[in-house]
Amino acid sequence: MTTPGDSAAEIWPLWEVFVRSNRGLSHVHVGSLHAPDETLAVRNARDLYTRRSEGVSVWVVPAAAITTSDPDAKGAFFESPAGKNYRHASYYSKSEGVKHL
Amino acid sequence: MSDDDSKADVHGHVAVDVTTLDAELIEGPSVATPDVAEYALWLGDDSLILSQQLGAWISRAPELEEDVALGNVALDLIGHARSLLHYAGTATNRTEDDLAYWRTEPDFRSLHIVEQPNGDFAHTIARQFVVSHYLFELYSRLRASADATLAAIAAKAVKEVDYHRDHSTQWVLRLAQGTDESRRRMITALSDLWPYVEEIFRDDPLIDSLEGIAVRPSTLRPAFDSAIAPVLAEAELEIPRGFVASGGGRTGRHSEHLAFLLAEMQVLTRAHPGASW
Amino acid sequence: MTSTITPDTSASVAISVEEQQFNDLIEADSRIEPRDWMPEGYRKALVRQISQHAHSEIIGMQPESNWITRAPSLKRKAILMAKVQDEAGHGLYLYSAAQTLGATRDDMTDALIAGKARYSSIFNYPTPSWADMGSIGWLVDGAAICNQVPLCRASYGPYGRAMVRICKEESFHQRQGFEILLELMQGTDEQRQMAQDSVDRWYWPALMMFGPPDDDSPNSAQSMAWKIKRHSNDELRQRFVNMLVPQAAVLGITLPDPDLHFNEETQQWDLGVIDWTEFHEVLAGRGPNNAQRLQRRRDAHDEGKWVREAAAAYARKQSARTEEMVAS
Repeated sequence: MTTPGDSAAEIWPLWEVFVRSNRGLSHVHVGSLHAPDETLAVRNARDLYTRRSEGVSVWVVPAAAITTSDPDAKGAFFESPAGKNYRHASYYSKSEGVKHL
Repeated sequence: MSDDDSKADVHGHVAVDVTTLDAELIEGPSVATPDVAEYALWLGDDSLILSQQLGAWISRAPELEEDVALGNVALDLIGHARSLLHYAGTATNRTEDDLAYWRTEPDFRSLHIVEQPNGDFAHTIARQFVVSHYLFELYSRLRASADATLAAIAAKAVKEVDYHRDHSTQWVLRLAQGTDESRRRMITALSDLWPYVEEIFRDDPLIDSLEGIAVRPSTLRPAFDSAIAPVLAEAELEIPRGFVASGGGRTGRHSEHLAFLLAEMQVLTRAHPGASW
Repeated sequence: MTSTITPDTSASVAISVEEQQFNDLIEADSRIEPRDWMPEGYRKALVRQISQHAHSEIIGMQPESNWITRAPSLKRKAILMAKVQDEAGHGLYLYSAAQTLGATRDDMTDALIAGKARYSSIFNYPTPSWADMGSIGWLVDGAAICNQVPLCRASYGPYGRAMVRICKEESFHQRQGFEILLELMQGTDEQRQMAQDSVDRWYWPALMMFGPPDDDSPNSAQSMAWKIKRHSNDELRQRFVNMLVPQAAVLGITLPDPDLHFNEETQQWDLGVIDWTEFHEVLAGRGPNNAQRLQRRRDAHDEGKWVREAAAAYARKQSARTEEMVAS
């Protein structure tokens, strides 16, 4: 299942844009744009999404290339972690007060 | 805004970020000598006229993304123009606006190529392609100018025109090798603009008095030629042959287009002498 | 076609699981995201509102771009270019949000240039004077910000996120407009006259930007229930006027409403009666510049066609070439 909004009918395809706002941070999705190819897509992304020094790095991905989880199966897809509290440090309360743990 | 809107909100709190602002103009402590001021006018007028032309594209570009892209180029160029005209003005105690709005045509120093009309998108791209490649070579060398202000302006400008060079190159490739129509338009545009290339690299006598300060235009030609050659080769475009325009912009002899451009640019300011905006 | 309409009593009793989830998310002030189930009416209302908003940004470039080539100082020219360019950017952010609902940019653009889509009628007014750059920033962008800040919390995620970005950038637009007017009001008699004349022309249309009075606003109630919209038209309009009055005093400009007065009881500024006939005329396409604005958009789109096609053709050739290289 691809990202919403992509349409083969458009003359220029849709690209999703991710910007790294600073070194040490992940690229974050900021929006999308249209461009004929990846070379212009990354330039358009620079022009559109970093006009005020918002980024040090930009990724563009064809919207059609993104696979997403099925939202209708949301409950089932993301249910498993619930109830597995032992994956979190805060589950282990007996060590409270012991330093460096 | 009411309180409920200004509360911190995980979904996006809107506040005017406190940012450290960069200098708007590149200014040096120095006052330009008359010759340096004249040279700064050359470069400043080129940027000003080109920016004025590109500004007219905003809201008319072939696609919205390109409105933004051309706008960025225009904004970079007006920044260079302001720094250069400001510096030129220090010689005669005039402001950037005195120089932009209160000089008449013969006092402008722009090259004919920047005065050529926007035409269709291919003409604008052809003009930008030539001028950006020239400016990149120019500012690359001007960074080493003995004049600290010119060197500082060049150091900022060179990074920006490097991007302009790339932007216009991308479009030259696409227009030349897109459709039959775009190829035809690109070839026409290049041959319409080419007569004005020669003037860019002509050495005006002023240059002789600015050894070590200015860049001798003729010395930029080989670098310019070798920078554009691979692009034209990839685009399968030939360098047009034909007449060479007489030029004369550096001594105030301009194309017919400049007077119209200035009339529009200066109309409001001149209707209100002494007013501040 | 005739049919007997029987009231659907089952709807309120048994709604689907998806609809219950949707209602719960809205109720909890959470966000709806692109692939979530949503009522068709919600999706349509959003596409309508977001695309109208995007069109307004794009058409809204024109009244100001008129003055880029004639801006009276280089600083003002740079500011104006940056501002009009931002509007193109804002249009793009919004089209991108609408696109997540399945509307394509091409379709939205076609609807706009065919005259089938709406955009804010304020942009159908002309900008004959430089002071209009000030009034647009101070009044039009000011009104827009009042409308838009609450939209940052709109229930549809991509819309809210686009609005956050827009509001952050837009904060400079209103200030620069105020500064233009301030500069004019501190200038020559002619400049002051220019400023007052401009505010006289833009004040009422700016107030109309909040939309018709609450008791005459057909879509408002549903939009508020869905948390697409968070405040009523009249509420926002009142908030705006309360902010304008002290700002006008700083400018030394007169707001063209002789009935404007402070109400001690409500601690609000009561305004005079708005003449909605003009609003409806402009909305119906009979405003001073409707045809011109659309024609200009159409021209840009038509004249750009060969460029868009060229780039698309080039991209096809390049990827064909890459495939050939991979194959050989």
